Amino acid sequence: MKTSIARKVSMALSALFLMVFLLQHFAINITSVFSSEIFNDLSHFMGTNFAIQYIMQPILIFGVVFHFVMGFILEIKNKQSRNIKYVKNNGGANSSWMSRNMIVSGFLILTFMGLHFYDFWIPELKTKFIEGDWTGMIEGEKGLRYFAELQHKFVSPIRVGIYCVAFVFLSLHLLHGFSSAFQSVGANNKYTRALSKFGVAYAILIPLGFIVIALFHHFNHC
Amino acid sequence: MSGTKDMNLTLKIWRQKDQKSSGKMVDYKVNGISPDSSFLEMMDVLNEGLISKGEEPVEFDHDCREGICGMCSLYINGEAHGPDRAVTTCQLHMRKFKDGETITIEPWRAKAFPVLKDLKVDRSSFDRIQQAGGFISVNTSGNTQDANATPISKDNADKAMDAATCIGCGACVATCKNASAMLFVGAKVAQYSLLPQGQVERKDRVLNMVKQMDLEGFGNCTNTGACEVECPKGISLENIAIMNREYLKASLTKEE
Repeated sequence: MKTSIARKVSMALSALFLMVFLLQHFAINITSVFSSEIFNDLSHFMGTNFAIQYIMQPILIFGVVFHFVMGFILEIKNKQSRNIKYVKNNGGANSSWMSRNMIVSGFLILTFMGLHFYDFWIPELKTKFIEGDWTGMIEGEKGLRYFAELQHKFVSPIRVGIYCVAFVFLSLHLLHGFSSAFQSVGANNKYTRALSKFGVAYAILIPLGFIVIALFHHFNHC
Repeated sequence: MSGTKDMNLTLKIWRQKDQKSSGKMVDYKVNGISPDSSFLEMMDVLNEGLISKGEEPVEFDHDCREGICGMCSLYINGEAHGPDRAVTTCQLHMRKFKDGETITIEPWRAKAFPVLKDLKVDRSSFDRIQQAGGFISVNTSGNTQDANATPISKDNADKAMDAATCIGCGACVATCKNASAMLFVGAKVAQYSLLPQGQVERKDRVLNMVKQMDLEGFGNCTNTGACEVECPKGISLENIAIMNREYLKASLTKEE
């Protein structure tokens, strides 16, 4: 990570990895809208599979931590590259708000992830690794617990509101981040325009899908 | 557009005695400016007025005044080379402003471009990046091969020519929120990497130029695309992607 291009490429590779993860996360979550059984089965598989728990999960944690730590390092370094600011700067004349404020949207997403981990990931770690319960069953009842836990989290309108706002910022982050990641790894060619359009669709549809899931469970919880 | 009526303007200009002094914005009035005059001619009118009053003129960089040399700079109303597109400050006309307007004029701002005086900045960091690898070593002892004798694909020749139009003015650095020089360095790396003559030093060139760019204290590119928009020569972001590819390939395959 000694050179600016090495930092840029590593940032892009971690972003591409996280975008693949986000797609997979969405693919599983959207099943909860259609079938509690499928969602429970998929969640139980993801939560108990050895390769996912002990290989993919540590890689994911590393990817997330690396992406935001490197983001903050780059922000600090970039601030140092202009020690005196302009009195008047018209950034909107030549670049998008999203591209100029990745640190803002990124920080808000990171803050949201704190809540998301508190809601789902930390209780999951507690159940499996501290209490040693890998059955995935609801205590004292038959059936898997994942769908019920998901719906329970979206009862509070405040929590649903926070989730929806966070997904808007995720969309803003992705609107620049998707095409930026490909540019950083040197992919600027005849496919760039089509890839950018796909990126815009991805950046809008995936967060919108997560919003739909949160609202669906808020209005349809048992 | 303000028509043909002469303009009266208020200028807010950064004044700084020398590199070590701290500067400040100073207000000036200029009257009777033709909308057809260039921005630098307007600055000349201001300076003539200051000299006639016994005051020190505002120093700014300029040379050819026809958009070729890359000497002129100025951050005008928050944009490098002002509000027009694909022009240098010397090609910017006053008709782009309104009569009675207040215009803010600042020097390029970057740690790697220290202010020398008023609106003049030291852009020798670009020279040092060029010296680190932005050249092709050729035998000039009398038996140099005619460049036209070397076949080059039309596509690569066009791309290399587009990259070669970079005049090294530094607008990319000035406008980038990170003060990154990657559009400049990308253009130089791409220009030579696309030509047959540039192949021998291809790996060393990109590694050494990027190393020097980082040593000079330029920021990291975050692909906002502002540099491409403000570049007076329309240098494409594709050149940065080419540099990134060149750097990755060179890093992975370069023998010590």
